[in-house]
Amino acid sequence: MKKKFKYLTLLITSLLLVLTLTGCGSQSLSSQNVLENDKKSKTITWGVKADTKLLGLTDVKDGKEKGFEVDLAKALTKKMLGKDAKAKFVTVTSQSRIPLLKNGNIDAIIATMTITPDRKKTIDFSNSYFDAGQSILVKDGSSVKKVQDLNGKTIIGVVGSNSVQNVKKFAPKAQVLQLPDYAQALTALKSGQGDALTTDNVILAGMAVNNPGYELTGKAFTTEPYGIGINKGQGDFKKSVNKALKEVQTDGTYNKLIMKWFGNVPGFNYKEVLRK
Amino acid sequence: MIKLLTDNWSAFISGFGWTVLSSVLALFFSLIIGSLFAILEVMPSKTARVIGNIYVEIFRNIPLLVITMFFYLVIPLYVVKVNGFTAGTIGLTIYTSAFIAETVRAGINSVDSGQMEAARAQGMSFWQAMKNVVLPQAFKLVIPPLGNQFVNLVKNSSVLAFVAGFDLMYQGNMIASQTFDTVNTYVVVGLFYLVITLPISYYMQHLERKLA
Repeated sequence: MKKKFKYLTLLITSLLLVLTLTGCGSQSLSSQNVLENDKKSKTITWGVKADTKLLGLTDVKDGKEKGFEVDLAKALTKKMLGKDAKAKFVTVTSQSRIPLLKNGNIDAIIATMTITPDRKKTIDFSNSYFDAGQSILVKDGSSVKKVQDLNGKTIIGVVGSNSVQNVKKFAPKAQVLQLPDYAQALTALKSGQGDALTTDNVILAGMAVNNPGYELTGKAFTTEPYGIGINKGQGDFKKSVNKALKEVQTDGTYNKLIMKWFGNVPGFNYKEVLRK
Repeated sequence: MIKLLTDNWSAFISGFGWTVLSSVLALFFSLIIGSLFAILEVMPSKTARVIGNIYVEIFRNIPLLVITMFFYLVIPLYVVKVNGFTAGTIGLTIYTSAFIAETVRAGINSVDSGQMEAARAQGMSFWQAMKNVVLPQAFKLVIPPLGNQFVNLVKNSSVLAFVAGFDLMYQGNMIASQTFDTVNTYVVVGLFYLVITLPISYYMQHLERKLA
């Protein structure tokens, strides 16, 4: 009898715990105006990638974030809040970026995130700031020449990226392994855990630069417009981002940054992504 | 939460299955390996004691994730292909066996040394005395800490998620990133872990009461 009672107490405790936890989650987000707050503090907190060469990479030597997205975020911050404003960077992964935006740790995501209808249900996007396309990276001389060759083979992707869902449409019989980040996914490809690594061509191009013996193969099989992720209900912030984005494109800053990061990358034609 | 559960039922169940399978395998092998190293640590031979000590100290003091990554990423480069599930389960087995070795050794040490001496005086060999006299008493003593190790093992099996081992945590990550319903997903994942660990806790308590 005593034992049963003990079990019951435990069950009730765990149920209560669950209810409290869910309670926290369903609580509405701070309805504060992100743009107003940022104007006061003269800082915008951006979520950037730390493992994506050319776009967002944390340099192990000085611990600074470097890449096209990082530079673009800095330029946008200056346009939005004035010359003396500062951009602060928080490292995110494909998996953590939306939760971090939702709970207010970051103001905006600029981390190789494709604008998709599914994501639009949860967050808002700015206009696209880059047009990538999904492709595959294989070992030199691999029998895989295009995505359809991957049927029956193993593909490596990254948790939370839409490329793992896309690739299933083009190679439905492939097995997909999802690893936590790109660095690990690449190491897994090298140890032979899979036959190809799939994600956006621009990310793969960055990997190919650093890893001789691996190449991009086949044409990009999707179009992936990258957008800046903004929380729902932050209309002012979104408007301001879009305005700044237009300004950096018209004054030539955008194309300068493209040339700086992609001007000399084998397997990637930077002219295709230049904007007027 | 109910909708999330029904929508992704097959993913949750398959993750649950892989977690249970990995835990059962790791539990079985780590108990055997751990007990063997525990005995090594108390053997009269000094070489045996040193070998036992080295094993325990190395694997008890390296993070589980490092051991697992080693089997997932390094071993395939030089030796043989290991998939995520296997790498995770091997890592889990080695890591847990070091803790079990320490636990069982403590148990053996707390059995009065007169027991061993008396058994040897009766003409039993070291192994006979160990198997028939010391170990049965030792295991009875270490049931509560062993139970802790088993529960830890189940929780630690979430390391499989980092090497694409298809376990509960891996499926949880997948579902969270597709539905964006992070909170509910991890609550459900937590509940599934409780389904495995609570019965273990209660069974160990039951065993303790029965044998004590």
